[in-house]
Amino acid sequence: MKVDTKPKTKPEAAVKTGADILVESLLEQKVETIFGYPGGAVLPIYDALYRSDGDFEHILTRHEQGAIHAAEGYARVAGKPGVVIATSGPGATNLVTGIADAMMDSLPLVVITGQVATSVTGTDAFQEADVMGITTPITKHNYQVQSSYELPKVIKEAFHIASTGRPGPVVVDIPKDISANLCTETDQSAFHLPGYQPTIKPNPLQIKKLTEAIKKSKKPLILTGAGVIHGHASDILLEIAEEYSIPVTSTLLGLGAFPGQHDLFLGMAGMHGTYTANMAIAECDLLINIGARFDDRLTGNLNYFAKNATVAHVDIDPAEIGKNVPTDIPIVSDSKAALAELKKQLKEGPDHEEWMDQLNQNKMAYPLWYNNPPEEMVPQWLMKSLYHATRGEAIVTTDVGQHQMWAAQYYSFGRPNRWVTSGGLGTMGFGFPAAIGAQLAKPKDPVVAIVGDGGFQMTLQELSVLQERGLPVKIIIVNNGALGMVRQWQEAFYDKRYSESIVGVQPDFVKLAESYNIRGMKIETQKEFTDIIHEVMAYDGPVLMDCRVLQQENVYPMIAPGKGIHEMVGVKP
Amino acid sequence: MKRIITAVVQNRSGVLNRVTGLMHKRQFNIESISVGRTETEGISKMTFVVHVEDHQKLEQLTKQLNKQIDVLKVTDLSDKAIVARELALIKVVSNAHHRNEIQGMIEPFRASIIDVSKDSLSIQVTGKPDKIEALIDLLRPYGIKDIARTGLTAFARGHQPQVAEMTSYSLLK
Repeated sequence: MKVDTKPKTKPEAAVKTGADILVESLLEQKVETIFGYPGGAVLPIYDALYRSDGDFEHILTRHEQGAIHAAEGYARVAGKPGVVIATSGPGATNLVTGIADAMMDSLPLVVITGQVATSVTGTDAFQEADVMGITTPITKHNYQVQSSYELPKVIKEAFHIASTGRPGPVVVDIPKDISANLCTETDQSAFHLPGYQPTIKPNPLQIKKLTEAIKKSKKPLILTGAGVIHGHASDILLEIAEEYSIPVTSTLLGLGAFPGQHDLFLGMAGMHGTYTANMAIAECDLLINIGARFDDRLTGNLNYFAKNATVAHVDIDPAEIGKNVPTDIPIVSDSKAALAELKKQLKEGPDHEEWMDQLNQNKMAYPLWYNNPPEEMVPQWLMKSLYHATRGEAIVTTDVGQHQMWAAQYYSFGRPNRWVTSGGLGTMGFGFPAAIGAQLAKPKDPVVAIVGDGGFQMTLQELSVLQERGLPVKIIIVNNGALGMVRQWQEAFYDKRYSESIVGVQPDFVKLAESYNIRGMKIETQKEFTDIIHEVMAYDGPVLMDCRVLQQENVYPMIAPGKGIHEMVGVKP
Repeated sequence: MKRIITAVVQNRSGVLNRVTGLMHKRQFNIESISVGRTETEGISKMTFVVHVEDHQKLEQLTKQLNKQIDVLKVTDLSDKAIVARELALIKVVSNAHHRNEIQGMIEPFRASIIDVSKDSLSIQVTGKPDKIEALIDLLRPYGIKDIARTGLTAFARGHQPQVAEMTSYSLLK
């Protein structure tokens, strides 16, 4: 794809360093926010940022991991690449978790790492690490810049690759001498990537096959993945589903692609999905997967997954089609383009009244449930109450674990790009910094970080950023004094041998918040929560709520590992 | 099953690492790999001989290779009419006694002696892997001091026969 270079908006400076060229290139990409942390190998870059005062907002996190998770949150909510800068060696290696997380969840990031000067590369110089080698398996693409001449082109390519096709992280490793030295000439030509031409438009014949399958189907089901959200296909999906009355379920990352409160929505499917959604997958005769990758947490044992169904799979990444589940109707396409073509061709919907009746009966008979002693703080109740208190309008971020599943089950998302969670990699410590990024992307929207007491302690140093910026992020610690999901598995599969999962010692989170000059409060009863949540949400500043919930609560329903999607436990009290 | 796969790539730093890394990650067993420049500047060609369990895995392999930004074209040559060659250098123990004997023996293989010393001689042979194996077996009794093999490289023949005839041309199936 050819991209025309923009004319320069700034007057030509007499002398420019490679770092100045980098800053110009970032401006050309309309970057507004950068998350980063300075260090030796990026000193020239930080100097250029300093001199370009006012062009960017640079968010100094307190750890590189905080920077990259914040960039992920930013990317998920803003729908454009998050930009991160870190130094060589430890700066770069501290980013690794976030890069892998973005790779798994297809988030567009451009990650700029410093590198030791080319004169000492390969000598085990101070703060040298093989960033190209380390990040190759966890990036969509990576570059080590060889000269300041090629820098503008590399940055253009990096943004293009990160944000098109199936999005993903791109690392640009820049040796210190290249950013420091003056450069006289740069390559401003348009880039051409012959090896990267994503298929955007669907094959109409495959869509025709799909329309025929829909017509014939007695038990159709749509599965939404994050691809619907990346492709901005929610509206057209809703039109099609409503017009032909096709029920919809979702993966964890696809939540929000279809309105959570809609009558056609069956809830999330998968390991902790609803009974109705999982049984629908087990029994449907046509499964239309739009932009989901059939992850094992969704499918359970593949021998039982959608065995009665014709499987149609729309994905922009051809490698996902047929990877885990044999596919009858493969459609390589952008989700919106595929659905637009489907809408055009589809004239007749399925005849499936019986199926809808069956699903509605399941919905009535097997809703999500929990025991709710009113004197206790029940985590599921907490999520439901939060949903009502925010009218489902908040941007919600989470870590991984029990609180994540409860949030997914009980916080119902009405629209896309409001749900920021670490799905594929399952990263503890993701939620809080991601909320910072999300808040920066949408300064006026309510942002709630739902985190566990375990995960929060992995990245809580970023409270400094809230303090510094006054970002009105609301932190809800679902505090059960345990690594809840680990504890749940130990209870279920390891005979209650709670090895290292009950964490009795923890800081006083309220005092901790106060030490950062952030409002903190401890919540121990439902009444306390109900009394204050509206005030908290309306408060124009950060608040930390340490919610002490029942430790022994488990996430249900559940498909045990190795079991089929129909073999749920805990579907009824 | 064994497959011969070629990948035409942009000759950039890290591309070999990226390609072999993804094979390692997805547990494809590489038997041999050869890389060299092509007729176009800046473009290289890699030839892999890999073991894959089934067709689904094979499809994954080609798709994952294709997904890499620097990979321009992936071809599975296994079911095509192809020309495939490998080169081996074999150093065997030999004194004046054996020299003629070895020379006679390698002749049908169209191998040649490319280096002679007091107590060894070096043989160069080109061909399909099974031919090279056969020669190595014959030379083994003399005492092999060293072997260097390039790994297989291959491309499709200029003329492709009809589908029905094709399996007989397949090299490795």
